Amino acid sequence: MERHLSADAATADERAAVDAILSRPPSPWVGGERSPHALHAARRDESAVPPRDLLLPALRALQAEAGGVSRGAISYLAARMDLPPSDIYGVAAFYALLDVDAPPEAGASVKVHLCDDVVCQLAGAESLIAKLRDRYGAEGEPAGGVSWHRSPCLGQCDRGPAVLVQRAGTYAADIAIASATAEDVARAIADPTPAPTPPATVPQAGDASLVVLRRIGRVDPADLDSYRHAGGYESLRRALALGPESVIQWVTDSGLQGRGGAAFPTGVKWRAVASQAARTHYVVANADESEPGTFKDRVVMEEDPFAVVEALTIAGYATGAEQGFIYVRGEYPLAAARLRHAIARARQRGFLGSNVMGRGLSFDIDVRQGAGAYICGEETALFNSLEGRRGEPRNKPPFPTVHGLFGKPTAVNNIETLLNVLAILAVGPERFRAVGAEDAKGTRLFSLSGAVMRPGLYEAPFGTRLGAVIDMAGGLRPGRTLQAVLLGGAAGSFVGPEALDTPLAPAALRPIGATLGSGVVVVFDDTANLRHTVLRIARFFRDESCGQCVPCRVGTVRQEELVARLAAGTPRGSAADEIRLFHDIAQAMRDASICGLGQTAASAVDSAIRLGILGREGGPA
Amino acid sequence: MAPPLQVKQLPERIVHATIDGQRVAVPEGTTILAACRSQAAEVPTLCFLETLAPVNVCRACVVEVEGSRALVPACSRPLETDMVVSTRSKRVDKSRRMVLEFLASSVDMSLAGPDVERWMEEYGVDPDRYGPKAAAGADLDARAGRHGPTVGAERATAAQPVKVDNDLYVRDYSRCILCYKCVEACGDQAQHTFALAVAGRGFDAHIATEFEVPLPESACVYCGNCVGVCPTGALMFKSEYDLRQANQWDESRQTVTDTICPYCGVGCTLELHVQDNAIVKVTSPMDHEVTSGHLCIKGRFGFEFVQQRPPAAEPR
Repeated sequence: MERHLSADAATADERAAVDAILSRPPSPWVGGERSPHALHAARRDESAVPPRDLLLPALRALQAEAGGVSRGAISYLAARMDLPPSDIYGVAAFYALLDVDAPPEAGASVKVHLCDDVVCQLAGAESLIAKLRDRYGAEGEPAGGVSWHRSPCLGQCDRGPAVLVQRAGTYAADIAIASATAEDVARAIADPTPAPTPPATVPQAGDASLVVLRRIGRVDPADLDSYRHAGGYESLRRALALGPESVIQWVTDSGLQGRGGAAFPTGVKWRAVASQAARTHYVVANADESEPGTFKDRVVMEEDPFAVVEALTIAGYATGAEQGFIYVRGEYPLAAARLRHAIARARQRGFLGSNVMGRGLSFDIDVRQGAGAYICGEETALFNSLEGRRGEPRNKPPFPTVHGLFGKPTAVNNIETLLNVLAILAVGPERFRAVGAEDAKGTRLFSLSGAVMRPGLYEAPFGTRLGAVIDMAGGLRPGRTLQAVLLGGAAGSFVGPEALDTPLAPAALRPIGATLGSGVVVVFDDTANLRHTVLRIARFFRDESCGQCVPCRVGTVRQEELVARLAAGTPRGSAADEIRLFHDIAQAMRDASICGLGQTAASAVDSAIRLGILGREGGPA
Repeated sequence: MAPPLQVKQLPERIVHATIDGQRVAVPEGTTILAACRSQAAEVPTLCFLETLAPVNVCRACVVEVEGSRALVPACSRPLETDMVVSTRSKRVDKSRRMVLEFLASSVDMSLAGPDVERWMEEYGVDPDRYGPKAAAGADLDARAGRHGPTVGAERATAAQPVKVDNDLYVRDYSRCILCYKCVEACGDQAQHTFALAVAGRGFDAHIATEFEVPLPESACVYCGNCVGVCPTGALMFKSEYDLRQANQWDESRQTVTDTICPYCGVGCTLELHVQDNAIVKVTSPMDHEVTSGHLCIKGRFGFEFVQQRPPAAEPR
């Protein structure tokens, strides 16, 4: 079909950026240069149209090249991919890290994304923002090619305040800086050589009794041999000896549950995919962790990338998939780079490809990066994003195990979940399940941040008391008292000091209205302004709602407006009236939203009202 | 000649379930909505249209299914064996009220039709609970994932100027409930023109051409099928819009005459809406086996020649 395209032409650089992803156009009929000579032969080769899932990589490449997605670039993409320009625009305009409003001369522009979310607020984000405002002017207004923007959580809560510098043009790069000073930001803007990466904050590093973090600090993340010396690829070897059916049985017997937030039994999910008659099957590693306060998967991917590759290979083997994808959030450039390196090495050494470990198994992995959208961590939104569509969740059922990526049976697992599989195969299901709580087996990663002595990533058995986990991080700073803990992130809930003795396991948390979610523990001492935190969470959900369904699209707005009134002590009517209204809004979002984002968007605010942080009669204390 | 090959269909299975305490039996694959309607149980819908695949985004049709944590959209969920469905439980009524109230609080629903008006009454919708409307409407320059600060004194709305950029139809997105029907009808559900898509995110999500260009610069072919499926008057024929602006639109004075489109051999049925002996709007019946309610630019808009009156005879 001949598309209606605008007369705007892509620049040579923009075309080159797209061609680097899609390969060069094979004929004038799919976006190539049309000379009068070429028009003699009207041939169209459908196989020359690139698959739609390359759209997001191409849009990311354009952003890096030109500092934005221009009209000409969309025209070129539309011709190359045989997609409507309106459709491509709709996709590009969905993502926070893609700019469809960039001025045409954006070229070598730099965008500085500053995290002002829950945890970075505690780490001085506002004072850093004030400094950048002095230096670069008002938010969102380019000055000298540099603009700065407030950003939701960048997943560097162990060392905030965090910044993501998005540099476009010749020295294009995404640079994550934490903890960031104004000088660090200036250096990243001016100097194209990347600054050295700070070491991971894993205070338990080197402890061989750990299950998931055991290799952190002991292996070189760039070296396959170092990984193998630390026991790497022994689990895949064991899996290949056992056969797919037994692998699934072991995972089932281990009691492993998903670590992304929903705690679904992994073995059940794998069996559901493996038993689907329809082919092709896919496995997807969900590395889009964007839950404010969560950074666990980033640390694992950065420090132990081969483990992610090995674990996903096992998942593919067990479920009958020959292709795996790792969807890494766009704000994690280092994790994506290290995973890509690990995949290339593994392929080179026969751990991926058409003959994995010489056993005739065919399996390979592709890394795809997001572009700034919390919702894409929802599994069906992730599929849509990966397929080159707007990251809008799909209605379930059908579930991914039946109708997942590209409409095929798909096992999608969180990074931490996958790493547990390595341990299950290494020690067997009995030893794995010997640790943990009655209703949740094994250990759990905790992203610990806020007002503790040593923020960082910690591993502890399910059922460990909340207070004991905080003690692992050295407890509160001297002279401070505990005000509250945010458990499970923005989609989780606040708990008060009385919860310190509560074991961190699903059944024990239920009575206090909390869940572990993605393992977030943000600690607030008596100096924190929690009303401000609650308002930031309400703002987060309004920003991150995909806008598809009414309860979430409007509900998150009404919730933010209501929280703003309560936080300022200016309720409409009485505070009790506002709380009644809140419960109506919350129930509609929980009951009628399409996906988990809307269904949990009121959870933290609800808990804040329960704890009296918000809505006490007489306004704020 | 050999008879055409008969493909064996799987025998149809019947699903037995319970809706509002009544046992029902429907063919497998029937949606909860269709089953409810066969029981004469009213389920409100906004984004659903018989001729388009359900997108289940408005959530007005949610029902309670025993054993399901969240409520379930009736428009897209097939009825399953032994499902127990309630169409008017407390939770259902609360959600429906809130969905209608959320919409009424943020968009202009005044042309959404008598059913919507009745539901608002029935479910007790009160949009003013959220405070007075904000003076300025939607922040259309907002980038995905960003919005300005709010103090909550006023409620944000989708209010914005009407887009009048061509002679055939206008777009008033302050009435848009984002039901996706226009996008579907413009796209692969009917017209395959793809001039429209959803852009932006969250409360700033909106229907757009690429880079918000005016319709004449877009791929639009003016079939008017988006207007035909719009449930809230956000898309409106220019003829109707002009009469409404002049306060002359009056459906009680209108008649509808069925005829066949004169332009080509397909034979689409046209419904000519006539007011004061002038055609003011052309539609096609949604249950028409050829059109499913859709037309092309000629049938939809090519009627002006009918009303070219001969000039008054000049005095000799």
